[in-house]
Amino acid sequence: MDFTFTEDQLLFCESVKEFLQGEVTAESIRASWDTDTGRNSELWTQMVELGLTGMLVPEAYGGLGMNELDFILLAQECGRYALPEPLVETVLVATPLLASLADTDARCASLLEKIVSGEVMIAVGHAANNLVSDAHVADYLLLPKGDQVHLVPKDQVELIAEKSVDPSRRLFTVKWEGNDETCLASGAEGVALLAATLNRGALGAAAQMVGLAEQMVAMSVQYTTDRLQFGKPIGVNQALKHHMANCAVKTEFAKAPLYRAAYTVVQNPAHADFAVSHAKVVAGEAALLAAKNSIQSFGAMGYTWECDLHIWMKRSWALDKFWGHAGFHKNRLHQWLLNPNAKIGAEMTFGEQA
Amino acid sequence: MDLNYTPEQNAFRKEVREWLAANIPAEPLQSFDTAEGFEQHREWEKTLAKGNWGMVTWPKEYGGRGCNLIEWLIFEEEYYRAKAPLRVNQNGIFLLGPTLMEYGTPEQKERFISKMASGEEMWAQGWSEPGAGSDMAAIRSKAIRDGDEYVINGQKVWSTRAVFADWVFCIFRTDADSERHKGLSFVFVPLDAPGVTVRPIPQLDGLPGFAEIFFDDVRVPVSNRLGGEGEGWNIAMATAGFERGLMLRSPARFQETAKRLVSLYREHANDIMDLSIENAVVKSYMDAEAYALSTYQTASRLMKGGKIGSESSVNKIFWSELDQLMHETAMSILASRAELLPSSPNAGDVGEWLDGFMFAQSGPIYAGTNEIQRNIIAERLLGMPRK
Repeated sequence: MDFTFTEDQLLFCESVKEFLQGEVTAESIRASWDTDTGRNSELWTQMVELGLTGMLVPEAYGGLGMNELDFILLAQECGRYALPEPLVETVLVATPLLASLADTDARCASLLEKIVSGEVMIAVGHAANNLVSDAHVADYLLLPKGDQVHLVPKDQVELIAEKSVDPSRRLFTVKWEGNDETCLASGAEGVALLAATLNRGALGAAAQMVGLAEQMVAMSVQYTTDRLQFGKPIGVNQALKHHMANCAVKTEFAKAPLYRAAYTVVQNPAHADFAVSHAKVVAGEAALLAAKNSIQSFGAMGYTWECDLHIWMKRSWALDKFWGHAGFHKNRLHQWLLNPNAKIGAEMTFGEQA
Repeated sequence: MDLNYTPEQNAFRKEVREWLAANIPAEPLQSFDTAEGFEQHREWEKTLAKGNWGMVTWPKEYGGRGCNLIEWLIFEEEYYRAKAPLRVNQNGIFLLGPTLMEYGTPEQKERFISKMASGEEMWAQGWSEPGAGSDMAAIRSKAIRDGDEYVINGQKVWSTRAVFADWVFCIFRTDADSERHKGLSFVFVPLDAPGVTVRPIPQLDGLPGFAEIFFDDVRVPVSNRLGGEGEGWNIAMATAGFERGLMLRSPARFQETAKRLVSLYREHANDIMDLSIENAVVKSYMDAEAYALSTYQTASRLMKGGKIGSESSVNKIFWSELDQLMHETAMSILASRAELLPSSPNAGDVGEWLDGFMFAQSGPIYAGTNEIQRNIIAERLLGMPRK
């Protein structure tokens, strides 16, 4: 029993954090809003060169052969810096889905290699989301149809751009037909792939929300330290301190469930639903509370477009509902826990053990 | 990261489970806030000590087993699973014990830890005063040096279990002219010393769980002081860290309550009209599990040389509010029977929930109120301005 990350995992996270800190700022994010795609291809190339897009791609296809647990802290940092580029979706959602099929489907194997090299980008649709994010910059789309998973080239789909409250998010309604040739999997295999995809998507959203929550609290602490009223920083007031302390408690207790979920997705994916839903629910609550208490701390300033807070706040609002809203995930928790055969109790925290 | 127990850890769990099954009293003990119940619980402490199960994390020379924190968590899980009696000496073993190990002289460790571990001496805590609650630096009771002795005068209040305990560990002002955090010392006083008057204060359940302690020219040897003269504040802060941190409230206690809550919900599922109750049941269970996961994470980190700091305040808020939520939810499920005392003829096991509900009211108050904890989090963990 050892619930810690390895030195290597922590060091890797630290180096990526430094990279994001240097490259992704409120200014760069605002600048991206005015561009056609909202995406920075130079930044993507840099991430490709760092090996990030291939982190979960098996070594046989040129990737680093790492797993979801190796990436989870990085996903948290992507949230902290409100990265607009679809790194989390690429690493946690697209490449594992392709890798599941690559041994039997040459197209998937080839795409994996091209994701590692940065030649292609993939967008993933799922019934949980209605819309597909980043479809406009993708070369191929992985799309569900009932129990089927299809791989569709972008020139075979029609994209209708939707508008998110978060200007960094680019969402699309996708109209497509698909055929036997585009179908990668169906039946029980398709259902299993789509279920695993949902869990990885939810895991990525949860991780980002923990990072978003911490960053909003950090911004609010800074603001309430700098902003003077009645001749002193507003942060001396207990009412504001307690708003922030409540966020810290929520966020702290979202972390262990998040890391347990990542571990379970890697070690015991067939039983990951419960762990993932737990993480998604509590991370969502942490991010939404941080957003609410932060705008309160910023006062009228927080209600403006000029104040950077809304970059993080709006991302939180969106991700809480993406890859399964709280109702969906709570429902899974209810079904598991209230089942008369559920194995519960303190000695079952880590599942049944010898 | 490896979230599987080792074969040794599984074997340890089995050993704990078997010992508890063979040794737990067949009849539930009376409340330790009664004279008879207190002695029953003292006997249980002695039984634990004989099996070397009193404090598994303590070194073997003090009657422990030198267990690491993961093994301690396993022990706690089995302890609550088996519904073993609550620890009557918790102020001693969970709070003073670790403090003694860190700050005690070899003689003090020899003298006090062994008898604490063996169940011979029960401890109470004497910190709060009528004028010093959350503001503990306002302590006024004095212990003034007279040769090899301190002469103690003053009053302590809210001393849990002091009515029946043998010793109390206190913070006194040893420098009469000092103010605030300075000039305080950490001193042990036998509760049967001449000049000590213990006055019971009945708690919400009517039992004398609290006491006021009056000191009237009480004399104790200087060797009863823990740490240096004037270092009382820093040592008390270390004790408070143990109190809010890992040891006092292990996750298993809450997980066991959450499990009982799930059973209660299932039993009453057909009668429940308030749709929010099911959500509260699930949230309770998940929060108890989150507390366990987080504690395993902290334990793993500490075993690799990490330290626990202000995050103990984060823990304290979380478990105390969780305990409230669970018992409020149970009260809602029990509805019109929720008010029945355990001794009421028709109470069944309902009364147990009422006891827990009342005790849950104290969680956000003791060990430093949750308001104080939030200030600590905001100022020390997050860096918000003090003034």
